[in-house]
Amino acid sequence: MSMYRGGVGQWSWMLHRVTGIGVLLFLFTHILDTALVALGPELYNKVIALYRLPLFGLGEIGLFAAVLYHSLNGIRICVIDFWPASTRWHKQMFYAVMFLFLLVFIPVGWIMLDHALHGGGA
Amino acid sequence: MSQTTSYGSKQRPSGGAELYAWIFMRLSGVVLLLLALGHLFIMHVFNSVHNIDYNFVAGRYAKLFWRGYDLAMLWLALIHGLNGLRVVLDDALKGPVRDVAVRALYVIGIAFLALGTYVIIVFKPVAGAVM
Repeated sequence: MSMYRGGVGQWSWMLHRVTGIGVLLFLFTHILDTALVALGPELYNKVIALYRLPLFGLGEIGLFAAVLYHSLNGIRICVIDFWPASTRWHKQMFYAVMFLFLLVFIPVGWIMLDHALHGGGA
Repeated sequence: MSQTTSYGSKQRPSGGAELYAWIFMRLSGVVLLLLALGHLFIMHVFNSVHNIDYNFVAGRYAKLFWRGYDLAMLWLALIHGLNGLRVVLDDALKGPVRDVAVRALYVIGIAFLALGTYVIIVFKPVAGAVM
């Protein structure tokens, strides 16, 4: 990927691409694992049990972070697209994205980490 | 929605298709924000992989609402993701390599879309599954 000036615009753009590609790769995997329900309980349960390994639990936290960032930054992109004057505050808007990201990610990441380590859930 | 030319140049369709793709990315993105984050909260905050199994899916798919939810999410997320990757490939690759990559992406995309759609629609729990 080419580098421009390395400001927040550059980083938000690169993070948007990286998280987007990561989520798409997981989506392919997820369509395949879910498709196994069509073949009956035994195989599906066996494969889904892999996700209970702590390593996959950490991967899920990463997935949540990727989707959350991509969502919030996507809203920032829409705001800039439909209200171009807002580019004046583009840095502040990126900081707002990061603030909202942490606001949601910290509690959710904590809960997911608890699930991953202690086998929690409803 | 073919973006490729047979003579290997990186030639984007002017106006039309690209504009619709651009609009689609924004509309689907906003809808996906609700669908995908909702899905993650339901599956990984209120539930977890420790209680998700075949019976969980069977119980969920007894309701048409959740099949519709998953179907909408599948189509929007996959097309959003495929078009996103297509844009990345347009940036990264040139000429015939780009065309082959994008065509392969479409073939893979259609196959996954068909598989996911098929499973969501025809899934029928085996007899004896606890719901």
